[in-house]
Amino acid sequence: MTDTTTAAAGSGSAAGPGARERSRGRFRDRFRDRISLRGWGGVGGMAAVCALTAVTLLPLSRGAGNAVTGPGPGSGSARSAALASPAAAGESCTAPETSLPPSTAGGPNIAEIEKRGKLIVGVDQNSYRWGYRDPVSDDLKGFDIDLARAIAENILGSRDAVIFRAIPTNQRIPALNSDTVDLVVRTMTINCARAEQVAFSTAYFEVGQQVLASKGSDITGYDASLKGKRVCSAEGSTAYEALEKNAFGAVFRDAHDGGPADEDILTVPNQLDCLVRLQEGLADAVVTDNALAAGQAAQDPAVELKGRRFTSEYYGVAAKLGKDDLVRRVNHVLEEYREAAWKKAYRHWLADDLPGISGPPAPKYRQP
Amino acid sequence: MTHPPQVRSAPHPAPGPAPAPARPPGGPVAEAGSRLRAAVTTEPGRLRLIGAVLAALVVAFGAVTALEVSDRAAAAEDVVSGSQPLSADAASVYRSLADADTAASSGFLAGAVKEPASVRERYEKDIALASELLIKAATNTEGSSESGRQIATLNKELPVYTGRIEAARAHNRQGLPLGGAYLRFANEQMTKVLLPAAQKLYDAETARLHQDDEEASRWPVLSVAVGLAALGALLWAQRRTYLRTNRVFNHGLLATTAATTAALLWLTVGHTLARDGLTEAREHGQRSLEVLNDSRISSLKARANENLVLVARGAVLTDDGKSDKYETEYGAGMAELGKGLDRAGKLADDDGARALVAAAGAGVREWRDRHQEVSSTDRAGNYEGAVRKVIGAEGSTGESFDTVDKALEKALAHEQSEFTRAARDGRDALGGLPAGAAVLGLLGAVGAILGINRRLSEYR
Repeated sequence: MTDTTTAAAGSGSAAGPGARERSRGRFRDRFRDRISLRGWGGVGGMAAVCALTAVTLLPLSRGAGNAVTGPGPGSGSARSAALASPAAAGESCTAPETSLPPSTAGGPNIAEIEKRGKLIVGVDQNSYRWGYRDPVSDDLKGFDIDLARAIAENILGSRDAVIFRAIPTNQRIPALNSDTVDLVVRTMTINCARAEQVAFSTAYFEVGQQVLASKGSDITGYDASLKGKRVCSAEGSTAYEALEKNAFGAVFRDAHDGGPADEDILTVPNQLDCLVRLQEGLADAVVTDNALAAGQAAQDPAVELKGRRFTSEYYGVAAKLGKDDLVRRVNHVLEEYREAAWKKAYRHWLADDLPGISGPPAPKYRQP
Repeated sequence: MTHPPQVRSAPHPAPGPAPAPARPPGGPVAEAGSRLRAAVTTEPGRLRLIGAVLAALVVAFGAVTALEVSDRAAAAEDVVSGSQPLSADAASVYRSLADADTAASSGFLAGAVKEPASVRERYEKDIALASELLIKAATNTEGSSESGRQIATLNKELPVYTGRIEAARAHNRQGLPLGGAYLRFANEQMTKVLLPAAQKLYDAETARLHQDDEEASRWPVLSVAVGLAALGALLWAQRRTYLRTNRVFNHGLLATTAATTAALLWLTVGHTLARDGLTEAREHGQRSLEVLNDSRISSLKARANENLVLVARGAVLTDDGKSDKYETEYGAGMAELGKGLDRAGKLADDDGARALVAAAGAGVREWRDRHQEVSSTDRAGNYEGAVRKVIGAEGSTGESFDTVDKALEKALAHEQSEFTRAARDGRDALGGLPAGAAVLGLLGAVGAILGINRRLSEYR
């Protein structure tokens, strides 16, 4: 599942509790984006908002931790991390994909990994072509898995010196903060709200919202061809928001959205559910992030991506806030990875269903 | 026709014979009135009237009792062999559907290549049983009734459900995560459409059972009233005879009194026994059955959700976005199960039942403890370990679930036999009563007529 940031800041009218209601609290991360990106001018204002955000969201992040894990060290760390750097996060909020300059230098965190002899990486196992479990070999495979192995090879000298931990979407940040994993490589979108809680590497993939439909369909993309069609999207996702702004006359809501009688036909809990609706003839098209849409297309040869992506976001590798040595090392690995390995992995996992990408996004580094 | 008509009508009757005897003025009504007057003013007339009323009362008592009690007996028979089995069948439909969903998710979790044959068989048996019972229920139900509507929904939705399960399995075999999405969609359909329909069917059938139960337990008020009236009239007639003739016993009337009293006692005692039997069946059998059924469904739902936690991998959150939907629903199911077992423990009325409920309770505690381990293993990122702890053969939550399920199954069988035994006793208490009442009524009437005739002969 992806929950990506809205690139263009909205009207600003819905900040605060209103925003929370609208997102029905389901997409905690999205809620943060909304608040921190609203059109508040000035760095000072931005810093204040970020601080407010961090405080407001504490019960939410703690709740998420508690629900599955109980009150663990994770919640505590999340708290201090979030509170510690509101100003810093506020400054970087305009371009969250900028990261620390690369370096091969060691540090306490690298040393700990070397001592352990294994790199522990949190990954997805339900995201086809990115991180998924091969049912026969029981191995995890995909673009993200290859990248994780490359990082392990650089730090520890072996592609196999890695322990994969399959973590759910809502456990990505708690898993980092509780030191359950060293890194998260899991189709994780870089955005301001998350940048306050975890440290991101430079971007390793550029993605955006795109339309997916059957090959024979007369839908040509995110355009007027959607008129009168039933379009499926994940509840509260960027895709859903885009449709709310402009659906080109498409039907994209269920009759009882948000209530207990929600049909979950056109607005679904997870983007992959949309492919089920498409296959059962309950929907005509899907709007989701194109990297995941490619995963859907790979599971059903009868569907394909239509038109071009109409937003821009980045995937990044995440580490616990403050593990600068590790982030610099990952950025170093990515420098090398972009040269050749990236293309190899792209061709192997994605090119068939997500064609036309010439290369990885250029890294942006924070000025020292 | 050659003859003229007048030939036939020629011989006119002679005016010789006298016309019919002159009727008293006023016609037949007045005649009956005078007869009645004769009847109540002369002693033989009164006696005839008394005899007729007594015989009629006693026959009426026999007839009313026979009718009312056959009604009660028929309702009791319905309880034993009609509505209760149907209610139990509806509970089985409900349970098989929940069980199928649980088996499907367990099989899915075990993986495409490692799905145990036993799990697959369990799923198939559940679906087959549910279809079979739905057909049986349909033949006993009108299409327009509540049950009929729910059966139609179930028949329409079940093939869609099994289709989704097969799609989930097929995609899973190819290693496509899409299989998990199909499984979740099937589970959602099960939870939101199929199980509620099955629950409504169960509720409707159980309501029918309660109706039959009430019908059978209702006091035969009319029979008792007519019986008491007949007895009162008999006593009055005998007292009258005694006062007029100074004779204490009239054998005929005495026999009638004995027959009426016997029938009335039989009616009272028989019906009281029947009520007791049915009440026991309801209080000790049916109520426990309902609580145990609910508990079993809760345990099945909790188990399916526990499996789905690992299938969905956090892909679905609760509406507030704070926690995993399936983990939350697992918790809710376990809480329901705990409450249900508490109630079942209180309702259990013998050592056998108590032991079974206690065994289920112990299984639930073990399940909860093991689930904690599953959660911490999963949280540590050891997915395979967590899966093993859920569906493994030993030391898994699956093992604890099986303990709970087996104990509940046995407890249900126990309570079902308790119910059937008590309800049968109740039904049998009414056996022979309608015929007996009819025979006693006739005998009583004969006695009354003979007794009165004996008195009448004294006037000839």
